[in-house]
Amino acid sequence: MRDVAVIGIGCTKFGEKWESSFRDIFVEAGALALADAGLSGEQIDAMYVGNMSAGRFIGQEHIGALIADYAGMTGKHIPSTRVEAACASGGLAFRQAVIAVASGMEDIVVAAGVEKMTDVGSDESTDTLTGAADREWEGFMGATFPGLYAMIANDYIHKYGMTREQLAQVAVKNHYNGARNPIAQFQSEISLDTVTKSTMVAEPLRLFDCSPVTDGAAAVIVAPLERAKEFTDTPIKVLATAQASDTIALHDRRDISTLDATVAAGQRAFKMAHLTTKDIDMVEVHDCFSIAEICAIEDLGFCKKGTAGKFTADGETALGGKIPVNTSGGLKACGHPVGATGIKQVCEIVQQLRGTAGKRQVDGAKIGMTHNVGGTGATVAVHILGRV
Amino acid sequence: MTVARFWRHLPQRYNMVGTKCETCGRHFFPPRTFCPDCRRAGKIVEHKFKGEGTVVTFTVIHTAAEQYSMLTPYVLAIVKLEEGPQITTQIVMDPAKAKIGMKVKSVFRKIATDGESGIIHYGTKFVPVE
Repeated sequence: MRDVAVIGIGCTKFGEKWESSFRDIFVEAGALALADAGLSGEQIDAMYVGNMSAGRFIGQEHIGALIADYAGMTGKHIPSTRVEAACASGGLAFRQAVIAVASGMEDIVVAAGVEKMTDVGSDESTDTLTGAADREWEGFMGATFPGLYAMIANDYIHKYGMTREQLAQVAVKNHYNGARNPIAQFQSEISLDTVTKSTMVAEPLRLFDCSPVTDGAAAVIVAPLERAKEFTDTPIKVLATAQASDTIALHDRRDISTLDATVAAGQRAFKMAHLTTKDIDMVEVHDCFSIAEICAIEDLGFCKKGTAGKFTADGETALGGKIPVNTSGGLKACGHPVGATGIKQVCEIVQQLRGTAGKRQVDGAKIGMTHNVGGTGATVAVHILGRV
Repeated sequence: MTVARFWRHLPQRYNMVGTKCETCGRHFFPPRTFCPDCRRAGKIVEHKFKGEGTVVTFTVIHTAAEQYSMLTPYVLAIVKLEEGPQITTQIVMDPAKAKIGMKVKSVFRKIATDGESGIIHYGTKFVPVE
């Protein structure tokens, strides 16, 4: 297998982009990534596009071709493939691009993610997102996505006794980071009170425990490491790509508050990169709900099971802490355009490794990790990236 | 949920009929036609569940999808059935009294209505056992 590097990144601002269409926002991200890599469109060999549900959100399927068309790539008839794994669609699109280059099949490949979620009302978006769980045996019984994660939270609190304040610190920290990220949907810091007094969604999760409905797109360009210097002085090497799956329904899991797919994907990634948690300088984890970040940092091995609440409240996951988590602001503050999130995570780590993350820069960052979850943990993609 | 998709599940939803693998003895609800442990060596037969179980975890839903919004706040739970499998269900009760570890049993209830003129879906919910 060939070594693979990220040579370009591009990300739109995330938020409610009522003035832009699905194709507009993708083209914006793609153009930014091409400009960043100093490439022209003719040099692209293939594309993978992460998208969860354009069919439900905007009534459009056949996203691979649509994106290739509006990105001006049809002249060369390049292969363009949509990748779907609910909220892990972006992470898997990146993995497919890496595999394509590593195999030697393609050279310059775009991995993108895009979602336009605000064209429908909240009832419809809630219902669409429920499709990431088991529609017939969870959704039908009245389960919502926040509801499923709320059941994870209650199981966790029952077993490990985390406090409401410790859980809220996840959102407080991520808003602090988001306030330092120009692409974030929410750019204001919040207090503990903001979280613990916000509207109840599904007990114990309140509005500020939940990532929002968001529009946005992100794109990265990967190439063989041996060719990367043609395009950039700061190629970022892909040290590991890992993926794992688990039962679609939360009720079928071995342990409700451990995402075994995260455990498996994390272990596979560390093994592939010959690294341990101690080598990681910062990690972007999938905090679709505050409890998801708590589970993620334990399941990846950054702290012991049952201790992530205290670990977070003690500031160990903040900028300047032992392991900065979600320096971008995470899904909570950046927003969560489901198909785009996994690619945005890669963009953040690449910025950190290039040393261009501005006010949220982790000093001397050399190795970073991304963790992208589909559904309540039925799909997980983990990547490790490092400075060359 | 469309009529066809719903009717396909009538015996399961109305009567808690699942399946069981005669090779390893594992029970499945919702039903599976393929045993994940024994795979092709498994022998799957129908099994009627007793409908008794224990709450593994729960939440109280305050913001629901449209068809369920008239029920809020309602208790959504994962229940471990006596025969082994876990299911997601609603518990018909005072949300303030819901507890992990609570014993529950199944009851036949209306689940949701599809739109204003749509079909009414019935199925199984649970109630606390005194």
